[in-house]
Amino acid sequence: MINMFEVNETNKMIEQENLDVRTITLGISLLDCMDSDLKKLNDNIYKKITTVAKDLVATGKDIERKYGIPIVNKRISVTPIGLIGSAACNSPEDYVTIAETLDQAAKEVGVNFIGGYSALVSKGMTKKERFLMESIPMALSKTERIMSSVNVGSTKTGINMDAVRLMGDVIRQTAEATKDQDSIGCTKLVVLCNAPDDNPFMAGAFHGVTEADAVINVGVSGPGVVKKALEEVRGQDFEQLCETIKRTAFKITRVGQLVAQEASKALGIPFGIIDLSLAPTPAVGDSVAEILQEIGLEYAGAPGTTAALALLNDQVKKGGVMASSYVGGLSGAFIPVSEDQGMIDSVRAEALTLEKLEAMTCVCSVGLDMICIPGDTKATTIAGIIADEMAIGMVNQKTTAVRIIPVIGKKVGEEAQFGGLLGYAPIMPVNKYSCDAFVDRGGRIPAPIHSFKN
Amino acid sequence: MTKTIITVVGKDTVGIIAKVCTYLANNKINILDISQTIVSGYFNMMMIVDMNQSEKPFDDCAKELEQVGAEIGVKITCQHEDIFEKMHRI
Repeated sequence: MINMFEVNETNKMIEQENLDVRTITLGISLLDCMDSDLKKLNDNIYKKITTVAKDLVATGKDIERKYGIPIVNKRISVTPIGLIGSAACNSPEDYVTIAETLDQAAKEVGVNFIGGYSALVSKGMTKKERFLMESIPMALSKTERIMSSVNVGSTKTGINMDAVRLMGDVIRQTAEATKDQDSIGCTKLVVLCNAPDDNPFMAGAFHGVTEADAVINVGVSGPGVVKKALEEVRGQDFEQLCETIKRTAFKITRVGQLVAQEASKALGIPFGIIDLSLAPTPAVGDSVAEILQEIGLEYAGAPGTTAALALLNDQVKKGGVMASSYVGGLSGAFIPVSEDQGMIDSVRAEALTLEKLEAMTCVCSVGLDMICIPGDTKATTIAGIIADEMAIGMVNQKTTAVRIIPVIGKKVGEEAQFGGLLGYAPIMPVNKYSCDAFVDRGGRIPAPIHSFKN
Repeated sequence: MTKTIITVVGKDTVGIIAKVCTYLANNKINILDISQTIVSGYFNMMMIVDMNQSEKPFDDCAKELEQVGAEIGVKITCQHEDIFEKMHRI
């Protein structure tokens, strides 16, 4: 039978170390909503979401009370809209009407974000997908809860450089369209390589076309719990360190698994996957950078950071995989800047640069995330940064992403404020030399060779 | 049988157990196990209870127990046992 020590350990994790279930994300397929009539399409989408997800938020709250564990976000992901709107949309403006419908549906069912205003263009773009991408700045400035993502490359297809170049412009235009709020639109827009179909975390969440009609995916978190556990093994060798991370990740993931099964049962919707990511928030004690510091670095970004992060990411997966049979999504450690107090401190101390972050993304679970750069950064430079990050994902057969915010009107030394879970961040310097001729070439970077691995 | 874990944490005072047990008895909640310690003046109790006979839904009991706790200056939480089982047992 459960003993007092175990009960206290669990409750201490929840009360003092910020253990929570970060998100229950309900994936909804919109494929059966497709229609060539735009109004009918919008009606179908609204009706489907508000029907399938009507009990999502209430169910989440019931589970929170039953187990005494906070479930921070209840969210929805939908089939990429680039596909869903293709029969009805003849201009970027047409796509924006779908964004508005999604936003209304999200408000109606009470979720804080809805992901899937997306296009999957890793090899080529259809005319309609290009419209969707061009509509992103308008869609994100006119809506509140929409999250947008574009997959521009994969290990199997290579990198669509036309899409990369276009996204450079789209990110800049989105920043301009929301410049009165520190370009907050860009915090809701991510460019991906090897995007997973079942990711419950925003901004990259969408409901892949390979998925069932509706599915429950759960994202767990708990950097604070890992940090606290590591305090107990200070000064001990790597074996002890790894063992402790694994054990903690196991416990965290088991909670996620329980919540996912309960939600699935209550809603009558199949359980998809657990994403066992360490997802930080700006709250003190909820930071991945603090874990790196506990491992032995003065600041995240110091020499040794990439190795420490590689170790952390791998142990989190090893512990988590044992705790759930269905692990998916991004699973690992997130390293956003604005959403992690320890990362913010590292940037302020000049310990962490864009280049070091790029190196870290080779071994973390996602990529360049929530990084603020000067507002006058050129679209081509942004495209170059995206291309670099996509190449890392393509060659290493992993998901990589870029969520970068050129903060209009601000320069290095200033800070951007987004508020809430999105946090705040210092503006980081960007390499000033040009890559115009490279990104303007057009076409595709071919898929990498799958043998001769060195 | 589904079991619920009730934890009571706070500054020690006279009648904590009495108050909590009275509430449980009035609501037909059966106590299966109690363990309790006091660490440097802080009261720490865990109860394993069976709520199946209770007429009130789990949610109401949890809220009312929280109020009972607030009256005597301790924190009372009610959680389904599965969260502990899953986390600590393979």
